[in-house]
Amino acid sequence: MLGFIVRRTLLAIPVLLGIVVVVFLLIRAIPGDPCTSLLGERATEEACERFNEAKGLNEPVPVQLGIYMADVVTFDLGDSVRFSRPVNQLLIERLPLTIELALSALLIATLVGIPLGIAAARRHNTFVDTATMAFANVGVSMPVFWLGLMLAYLFALVLKDTPFALPPSGRLSAGLFSEPYYEVWGWTFQEGSLWAKFHEFVANHVIFNTFITGQWDVWWDAIQHMILPSVALATIPLAIIARITRSALLETMGKDYIRTARAKGAAEAQVVRRHALRNSLLPVVTIVGLQLGLLLGGAVLTETVFNLAGVGRALFDAITGRDYAVVQGFTVVIAAGYVIVNLLVDLSYAYLDPRIRVE
Amino acid sequence: MTLESRREAVEQLAAEAAQFQRLTEKPLSQWRLALRRFRERKSGMIGLGIIVALILVAIFAPLIAPFGPNDVLVGEQEGIRPRDPPCVHIFGCADDKPQHILGLDANVRDEFSRVIFASRVSLTLGFFTVTIALVVGSALGAIAGFVGGWIDNIIMRIMDVVLGFPSLLLAIAIVAVLGPGLRNALIAIAIVTLPGYARVMRAQVLAVKEADYVAASVALGAAPRQILMRRIIPNALTPLVVLATLGVATAILEAAGLSFLGLGAQPPLAEWGSMLANERNTVFTAPHLVFFPGLAIMITVLGFNLMGDGLRDALDPTLNR
Repeated sequence: MLGFIVRRTLLAIPVLLGIVVVVFLLIRAIPGDPCTSLLGERATEEACERFNEAKGLNEPVPVQLGIYMADVVTFDLGDSVRFSRPVNQLLIERLPLTIELALSALLIATLVGIPLGIAAARRHNTFVDTATMAFANVGVSMPVFWLGLMLAYLFALVLKDTPFALPPSGRLSAGLFSEPYYEVWGWTFQEGSLWAKFHEFVANHVIFNTFITGQWDVWWDAIQHMILPSVALATIPLAIIARITRSALLETMGKDYIRTARAKGAAEAQVVRRHALRNSLLPVVTIVGLQLGLLLGGAVLTETVFNLAGVGRALFDAITGRDYAVVQGFTVVIAAGYVIVNLLVDLSYAYLDPRIRVE
Repeated sequence: MTLESRREAVEQLAAEAAQFQRLTEKPLSQWRLALRRFRERKSGMIGLGIIVALILVAIFAPLIAPFGPNDVLVGEQEGIRPRDPPCVHIFGCADDKPQHILGLDANVRDEFSRVIFASRVSLTLGFFTVTIALVVGSALGAIAGFVGGWIDNIIMRIMDVVLGFPSLLLAIAIVAVLGPGLRNALIAIAIVTLPGYARVMRAQVLAVKEADYVAASVALGAAPRQILMRRIIPNALTPLVVLATLGVATAILEAAGLSFLGLGAQPPLAEWGSMLANERNTVFTAPHLVFFPGLAIMITVLGFNLMGDGLRDALDPTLNR
């Protein structure tokens, strides 16, 4: 098992390095330079010269790449030229929102998708099955941004004065503030230390932070703000998960050992739960893992629709505004997250299917 | 014998007779069998129906749409304002108002005409994107699988890196490099979807390469290129057909996403994603301008998804009963 983990982990490294290099080169291929795009009319030759000098943009590209690689390894992601702040700091502020958004979406997709798929498979070729699959087909065909806008219209305008009303944008209502847990509990850290940054990052997960500190009104407000974006984002993965669960379960239900289990007189519910489900979970886990890339792409659109300051939206702004450092830093972090999740998916195979472990 | 069991017996006999008849029929070719299986699946046929209808709409758009996609109607008609909601006479809209079944957009253009004309953009884009991705991707995959060795390694590692990115983010980055616009969006989506075709083609080639009939060709002294083109690729096409159909759906969806972010189609071109994006801030006052373009995207994507599923079921020989 340990050998398996080590081997899989080592395999992820070249992919990560390749991603860093590709992003680095791609960004430098963007026409126009950051100086003129940032300084605009003030971009005289001298001003640009000083600007490039200050940002290290005068070095040859291979040298820049080398410096950047060394920085990435030490988690120094450079400064954003637009915000004049370290990329690290931007990540601390924006990544938690996207993590909470993606996780809520994944949670909804899994908690609804798997039972739907099971229900469809158990009542194969009945109305339940047909309806579920029709729903799944429509679900995968919906543009995320359209669904988001329509949900916002429905819940923020049509249902405005009903108990079902939900806020269409932002993360918290005006006037509400999530007090970081370390302030609530009176913890103090050395200003600017890595440890302080780590706690800031954790505390920026608003739903989590308000939950552990018991700020219930803020917590409930944050949940309400998260419902529409995460439902919009969850729809496609939900539909895919339901479809995969159904077909995997149907395939397993045709196996000999299921017949045997039935023959020994096990109740149908038990046959499904004890014998069929675990053996059908492998493809489902793969798909759940693969959805993460889709969720991150969808996060750009969802964050745009719901005016959320997450990494997706920030990355989009940075790409179109040629903010080299932000694009590089964010992409590397996102890609790293993606690779790590795929790694976890592979490792969970070994847990679910002992045959892989033995190999 | 009760009536019930007698009926059962008769039904069983009939089923056996049908079975026998099927056995005595002329044997069907793989493609005929696939066609028959495809026809039996309702969802695939619905998908095909949607696609055919959409293609007809795109071809005959000037005949269907009452106005041109960029006709500004202000001054031409009385009593209309920008973003007027849909007005359909038979649904109780006042007779003295001009009829616009999907309403008017912010520039006083007929939304219905724009939605109709936009089908041309999305369909063309979907087909072209997939054609590029399919041709380039499967060529790379075929070379990787057929040649093997370090060439295989280099090609597939590059594909791994492309797959390492969330696809929409990579597409955004590519469009940022090339500059916003429909053609560049098309290229970007083709690049990010390319690895899928390469992987499938490579796997197919690796599988088919070991088949006896390929070994026979080698023994007969056929040139490698000939073996690749004549023996291997035709046999590897089946999964690619399915992937390509589903790929059109993905391409249309991603292109709409790029247009929504302002990186795809540029105004005044009528394109569903950008029509929707232009009005996203007025969704509370003019929801029809967001609803209908999105619905059009959904129906189109649904058509290709259903058709792709139907094809997959039909072309999978293991499902042959």
